[in-house]
Amino acid sequence: MGLSQSFLASKFNISGRDLERYLGEALSRGGDYADLYFEHLSTSVISLDDSIVKSASQGVALGVGVRVIAGERTGYAYSDDLAPEAILKAARVAACIAAGPAQIVKTPLEDGPRRDLYPAPVAPTERAFTERVELVRRADLAARRYDPRVYQVQATYADSLRHVLVATSEGSVTADRQPMTRLSVSALARGADGTLQRGYSGGGGRVGLEFFIAKPPEYFAGEAARQAVVQLDAVEAPAGETTVVLGPGWPGILLHEAVGHGLEADFNRKGTSAFSGRIGDRVASPVCTVVDDGTIPNRRGSLNVDDEGAPTARNVLIEGGVLRGYLQDRLSSRIMKAAQTGNGRRESYQHFPMPRMTNTFLLAGESDPEEIVRSVPRGLYCVNFAGGQVDITSGNFVFSASESYLIEDGRLTRPVRNATLIGNGPEALRYVSMVGNDLKLDEGIGICGKEGQSVPVGVGIPTIRIDRMTVGGTS
Amino acid sequence: MSQDSLLELACDMVKQAMAAGATAAEATLTEGDEFSATVRMREIESLKEAGSRGAGLRVLAGKRAGSAFTSDLSPEGIRQLVASALQLAAITMEDPHAGLPEPEELGALAGDLGLYCEDVAELEAARKIEMARETEAAALDFDPRITNSEGASFDSHAGRHIFANSLGFAGAYRTSYCSLHTIPLARDGDSMERDYWFSMARGLGGLEPPAEIGRTAARRALRRLGAVKVETQRVPVVFEPRTARSLLDNIFEAVHGEAIYRQASFLAGKLGEKVASEALTVIDDGTLPGLFGTTPFDDEGVPSRRTVIIENGVLKSYLLNTYTARKLGMRTTGNASRGLAGNPGIGHGNLYIQKGDRPAGSIIASIRNGFYVTELLGFGVNIVTGDYSRGATGIWIRNGELAFPVSEVTIAGNLIEMLQAIEAIGSDLEFRGATAAPTLLVREMTVGGK
Repeated sequence: MGLSQSFLASKFNISGRDLERYLGEALSRGGDYADLYFEHLSTSVISLDDSIVKSASQGVALGVGVRVIAGERTGYAYSDDLAPEAILKAARVAACIAAGPAQIVKTPLEDGPRRDLYPAPVAPTERAFTERVELVRRADLAARRYDPRVYQVQATYADSLRHVLVATSEGSVTADRQPMTRLSVSALARGADGTLQRGYSGGGGRVGLEFFIAKPPEYFAGEAARQAVVQLDAVEAPAGETTVVLGPGWPGILLHEAVGHGLEADFNRKGTSAFSGRIGDRVASPVCTVVDDGTIPNRRGSLNVDDEGAPTARNVLIEGGVLRGYLQDRLSSRIMKAAQTGNGRRESYQHFPMPRMTNTFLLAGESDPEEIVRSVPRGLYCVNFAGGQVDITSGNFVFSASESYLIEDGRLTRPVRNATLIGNGPEALRYVSMVGNDLKLDEGIGICGKEGQSVPVGVGIPTIRIDRMTVGGTS
Repeated sequence: MSQDSLLELACDMVKQAMAAGATAAEATLTEGDEFSATVRMREIESLKEAGSRGAGLRVLAGKRAGSAFTSDLSPEGIRQLVASALQLAAITMEDPHAGLPEPEELGALAGDLGLYCEDVAELEAARKIEMARETEAAALDFDPRITNSEGASFDSHAGRHIFANSLGFAGAYRTSYCSLHTIPLARDGDSMERDYWFSMARGLGGLEPPAEIGRTAARRALRRLGAVKVETQRVPVVFEPRTARSLLDNIFEAVHGEAIYRQASFLAGKLGEKVASEALTVIDDGTLPGLFGTTPFDDEGVPSRRTVIIENGVLKSYLLNTYTARKLGMRTTGNASRGLAGNPGIGHGNLYIQKGDRPAGSIIASIRNGFYVTELLGFGVNIVTGDYSRGATGIWIRNGELAFPVSEVTIAGNLIEMLQAIEAIGSDLEFRGATAAPTLLVREMTVGGK
């Protein structure tokens, strides 16, 4: 969308001339590039616990960030006041990074790309609160009905509608409307022997409430309750190296930690990633092709344009086991002389953009998922994870299994207690020997943190077999 | 805005809410200026400077709560805020325990708590950049194997926090903060490792010298070079202060009032029981001058205080706000914490493990075969069950000495047993943020490796 379709421009009376003036001020002391990121974010959160809807809140965050790039330097300032004098002041502060003659803004500003990957005709934030409250109440009832051992349920519904407007000194102005919805359910179960366990589930995306027709609150509630109840019988997890089978969907967090972060271009242009300078190298087995795709309709990690106004894309990171490319933002792509990939993202107008993932997944292979499990004499089958982390320099990464089962003689036997899996990014995927034909994306709950900024992301994976991985159990 | 006008605005928000039909109201205002300068490979990489403010309002309509927030502090913005919060109080449900603190519980610590230093805001940007440059340079110049860097940053923040409620409480305080940190990379052959070091303080005088921060970071990165994976085995595990702090984070989650009333903690219902080794005493103290966990009052207007959580291994207290205290039939411990939206949560003040009498070196010297953990990765701690499994990096201990670096391993156990198995506590307690722990020795854990 362009300026004329922009909610922000019409609500706050921002004209093309205004944008040109602010950008001109940002480049008044030189610099190669400047941009403005206007953001209007309305959010609401409803939470239930003890079967009581205890809290509901809503609010609006509004502001503009001004960025100036001079060589490899970035100057940044923001304002939560959209009055012209406040924006001009922020532009002058950001301009301090440069020292030279004023640069010219390309005018007139032209509209950026137009598409709509997430039309959500009625934004979730525009629906009646009573409809949204109903979702957490239904989740509570369903989790408690699932099994009498469930003794405590928490359900949280959150939505937001973000309007952004990005104007650049290279002469483009792009607007976007970004809805987001998310329901999460946590259930606690108590076994006959007093053992306690927790289960967690949730889902959503860049969708309206219609999402919960196909995926009702009962589905997520049942899933949270099921996990808690299953874990009541869990035995100790094995410790040390073993064969690991990952189930489809959310276990794709493996790719996010093992390779995704290490392929973000800022680390690679600085040479601080274990993947630096390794384009063209074999970093995974030939059955592995990893893609980051910001263009999948309605997904949590998708964007029409990234937070620098560049269109998102489907980017192949690893193809047949060979490293093909990095995730770029504007600054890194310019320094590395590579094309932008639409991965410049930021948490809000208070933050500057950096290369981030969107939806990251492994393409489907040819193996039958059941055959993959049957092929393992002894190992671990992991289907749910609680999160992960990576040290991009050494390449070491972890992800914590919250639901997994022992594989004995090709059959799933007992559930095991929570255990962390650890590996090394450029090494781990070399041990992937089978890839299933059942690619699945996660339900839409992922949050990725980097240098203090959180952004929504998606992951996905088919069932895969990893011949060797270290499991952090106790037995 | 001046502190007086912010206080007036907060009181006015409460008044408007009451006039519009609320039976109780709480208003929070925050205002702050941030500055950040990053230097990388001796050149300025980024500069950021900005100010922002926000208002949050929580109302009760009888036993129903609603809340709203905004960055628009104009009269129209505030009117909308009040309407939004009341609109939401109509859709939540009656909660018998909802409410403000008892009037006699409200108050603020008197005197100067040393939370604000003028020098942070006064120092010119050029000098801040220079300090970041000196910090990184000290790391880069320390050893030829320090070949790269993720840079060094000087960050600072100065702000005000204002809180008022319909019981007549109104309070404000000012805080400042500055920090220096750097992340050098060490390289030797194929081995590439990074580590970091930092210093943070309320004022510039509290910061460690930049050169010292840089050299410490460099030493930490260098000692990781050539790390290997060890065999899977059960051994004593020593947590250095930086990783011992993470155990304190786990204890905090386990004594958190919400986890207690939901029975979602392995410490729920254990008051008065011996839950840890006799060597362990854990204290939360929100009154220590100048520290990061100190405030004159909590986010419900209750004075901060000192609470002994675990004393010689016995669980003495949970950390509570008004709501969780009512649920449990107890009194608030002055640990309410909140953002601008939602019901009050729980935070800690200065949370620390009381120091022991053993120098860290003597603890290491006492171990024949064990693991000294310098970094933990991931989120593999389950507070409901106490199950503990995290990625770890560190140094292997052989015959009482730090022998060789280790990485890509896990350490696993269960917090219920780990707390009982704390055999030694170091004398090296220092505050670097709002939590602090000395070196800790846990008798035995499973190290998962080859």
